[in-house]
Amino acid sequence: MSAITLHVNGTEHTVDVDPSTRLLYVLRNDLRLRGPRFGCGLGQCGACTVIIDGVATRSCVTAVSRVSGQITTLEGLAKDGTLDPVQQAWIDEQVPACGFCQNGQIMAAKALLDRNPNPTDAEIRDGMEGALCRCMTYYRVQAAIKRVAAGTRDNGPAPAEEVPA
Amino acid sequence: MTYFTEVPKAVEDVLGNRYTTSSRREFLKTSGALVVSFSAAGVMSADPLAAAVGAARPGAAQQAGPYPDPDFKELDTWVAIHADNTATFYVGKTDCGQGTGTAFRQMMSDELDMAYADTSLVMGSTDVTPDQGGSGGSDGIQRDGWPMRRVAAEARRVLLEMASERFGVPVEQLDVRDAVIALKSEPSRSVTYAELIGDRRFNVPLTGRDINSVTGVADVKPVQDLRIVGQSPQRYDIPPKVDGSLTWAVDVTLPGMVHARNVKPPVVGATLLGFDESSVRDLPGFIRVVSQGNYLAVICEREEQAIDAARRLQVDWDAPNAEAFPTSDALYAYMRSATPTSSADPSVVGNPEAALASAAQVIEAEYDFPFQGHTAFGPAHALADPSDGQMTIYSNDMKSYGMRNGIAEFLGMPRDQVRVVWMEGPQAFGRTAADDAGFEAAFLAKEIGRPVRMQWTREEESAWDTKGPAFTFRLRGGLDAQGELIALDYDAQSADYNHVGYNEVETVLISQLMGTRRARPNRGRAGTPTEMYAIPNRRMTSQVVRLPSIWETPLRTGNLRDPNGPQVTFASESFIDELAAAANADPVEFRLKLLGGANDDDSGFKRARSIATIRAAADAYGWDTRPSPKPRGAGTILTGRGIAYSFRSQTVVAEIAEVEVDRDTGHVWVKRLVCAHDCGLVINPEGLRRTIEGGMMHSLSRALHEEVQFDTDKVTSVDWLSHPSLRHGDTPEEIEVVMVNGDPNPDRSDLPHYGAGEAVCKPLIAAVANAIYDATGVRLRRAPFRDERVLAALEAAGV
Repeated sequence: MSAITLHVNGTEHTVDVDPSTRLLYVLRNDLRLRGPRFGCGLGQCGACTVIIDGVATRSCVTAVSRVSGQITTLEGLAKDGTLDPVQQAWIDEQVPACGFCQNGQIMAAKALLDRNPNPTDAEIRDGMEGALCRCMTYYRVQAAIKRVAAGTRDNGPAPAEEVPA
Repeated sequence: MTYFTEVPKAVEDVLGNRYTTSSRREFLKTSGALVVSFSAAGVMSADPLAAAVGAARPGAAQQAGPYPDPDFKELDTWVAIHADNTATFYVGKTDCGQGTGTAFRQMMSDELDMAYADTSLVMGSTDVTPDQGGSGGSDGIQRDGWPMRRVAAEARRVLLEMASERFGVPVEQLDVRDAVIALKSEPSRSVTYAELIGDRRFNVPLTGRDINSVTGVADVKPVQDLRIVGQSPQRYDIPPKVDGSLTWAVDVTLPGMVHARNVKPPVVGATLLGFDESSVRDLPGFIRVVSQGNYLAVICEREEQAIDAARRLQVDWDAPNAEAFPTSDALYAYMRSATPTSSADPSVVGNPEAALASAAQVIEAEYDFPFQGHTAFGPAHALADPSDGQMTIYSNDMKSYGMRNGIAEFLGMPRDQVRVVWMEGPQAFGRTAADDAGFEAAFLAKEIGRPVRMQWTREEESAWDTKGPAFTFRLRGGLDAQGELIALDYDAQSADYNHVGYNEVETVLISQLMGTRRARPNRGRAGTPTEMYAIPNRRMTSQVVRLPSIWETPLRTGNLRDPNGPQVTFASESFIDELAAAANADPVEFRLKLLGGANDDDSGFKRARSIATIRAAADAYGWDTRPSPKPRGAGTILTGRGIAYSFRSQTVVAEIAEVEVDRDTGHVWVKRLVCAHDCGLVINPEGLRRTIEGGMMHSLSRALHEEVQFDTDKVTSVDWLSHPSLRHGDTPEEIEVVMVNGDPNPDRSDLPHYGAGEAVCKPLIAAVANAIYDATGVRLRRAPFRDERVLAALEAAGV
């Protein structure tokens, strides 16, 4: 065991764990975060995705000792009580079915849109290819990403779906 | 009169606040009331969730059990009105991602006459909600919605009676809207539901021989009076899923909780001879190796320690001599030559053999469909707490009630000392009808006397989860000289022997590995087509065959999202297309013609709705009437369209796929999907639309990618590389859903709400195969249509 310091969602944490421990288990079991979750442990599905210094990263295959940057999890996307536009688009578009994979979808989309605010359809497909969904919500995920991109282009919030809340 | 005091409110705080209702939405402040923090002393003190949930049954405050069944014949079991003029509904269902919870709330709010935003819903926890069986069969709205509507209507009736007494006027002189009852003649004189009964019991008995028929005195509203049904309130569970605040079954933590991992046999049927505990004893956090029979698990303090210990444990297994099953490549030949374990009674109309003998043209074809896994996105998991001599299992089990019964029997505990708290989890599609992890966690928790969290690995889940059965088919059809279909002979075989059921003890792996055997294995089933074609001479036969290994096997068949439908409909609706092509007929016209005939019986009712639905799909697509295949293009990309249709229970579905086939690579992209769907009264159109989209896409994954592969003693497709799934790049450019009300009396006041979900899974694979045929002239008779298989078929046909 060794003391390891992590910067997660703007807060510094020190944990005492085996340095080879995957970041996912520290985030979940020591820091009690629920956004990143276990799907494969092999880096194949995206369930565990966090953003480290702007890069979407598979926390299930990342040793905690190798992480030095700023970690953002799903819980850290909202700012001052306001959801990130990506999260809001996910609600407006009613994307999730079971929702278990949506951490991976949202974090991959966030990283994609942060580096390319106006992706083409092909860039969306390509950028999201590693985020697996077994409810197969891809059509709505892609619609939500386009909604965010349109909102950015129009320099205003995307229109909400016209359904009563 | 008995008072609730704060008890039901506490339940709502704990369970209801997992999903804040829109009127009380504080997404970012909700930090998950369900997480039980470590107590300072680290002891297993009374768990606040257990206290709250256990006390929730109206009229009984129980913290540590026992947990008797909520009485479905009491109105208070279903509906609680709170002092703030809100209500909580308690139903025995689970929502596996189709938005049924939102739909249940809409139906019950509507019947109760309370604004949707002022209600909340608790589902599927065995000591809190009445046993409606959990989820399965896409019948939550179709079947279970009725008792929900009736009890809510009964609560409204009782409240109107109370108001009538208070005002001294007949009920007919009262109006009710949004939980406020007013005199029609003097609207300023009003009383709220809360003023009449807030936080107090109704104490109103219900009648009915079982939970499906339970009812009060009140009638449900005519369709024309429903105001919330038919709208699309957003799903209440989505915001906390998007902001990370929801507590899922994987998230629950308890004081003193430890982590377990299974060690599975390396090959099917291996016998556990022993293990060397010294290989892991000195690892940090090691607690115990637990084994019984061939079941083996490792328990450690921390999760990563359990993962490590399970990998390092030295185990001595004895491999059997016999092969467990044929390889996946040899499967279909094996099935065709196997002696059936059972045969269904043939269904015969007319004289099919004579008609085939007299036909101008006879078409024959064989189809194959592989085992397909549930391969849930999140592998099996559960947390079991043995505190106070009870057993509480925190689980995403879609059939939580069956799990409770199964675990009680498995552990030899009285039923009322076991409860299952249902929580959200990865998509189920039938997987958790044999919820292995819940049984394992409970067994281990009882063994070591501490709360145990069991988590399967990806490889374990993909290899050992329950499977949809493989099928082989043989079809013959006879056309007369005019191209009319005069005879159809359908024969199916499925490898479905010892099909698992609903969390019975013998169906879960831990129990089988410990040596439990059901005296008479489940016979299994090979389905037959469910369309409504009127064919004068027809025979349908089906058999079940067994593989050598039926216990402790990774080819354990269970209910995979419409258990036989995608397989059967792939063969039957592909073959109808073959017949249409042989008759040089348009595939839509050919089907519509088969749906003619008598319409004065139930089949006629179904045919009328089938015709309306197929026409709606063709109209929405812009179908050009012509036979398939179309003249083949010269370019690399060949395009085509195909239709397939099906009937499930009372729901009609017609789907059209438009494909692009790359003749150089064999790659198939479904560019456009159209679905026409008639499930009667639609509760939530936007929710239904997404359920239809997801169901079609899941079937598309089964059409293009999914196949369980195995050698003779183990499954070899064990992760997302060896078992590919649909990905973002496969997504159609456009998916269009048309909601049809094809009822011959569409405005009837009792228009039923039929099921949705599994119905759309039936025809999609055939629609894709038919589109590939239209594009290429090549008929694919074995799923999935992976690139290499399509390319081989194209090359064989000289395309």
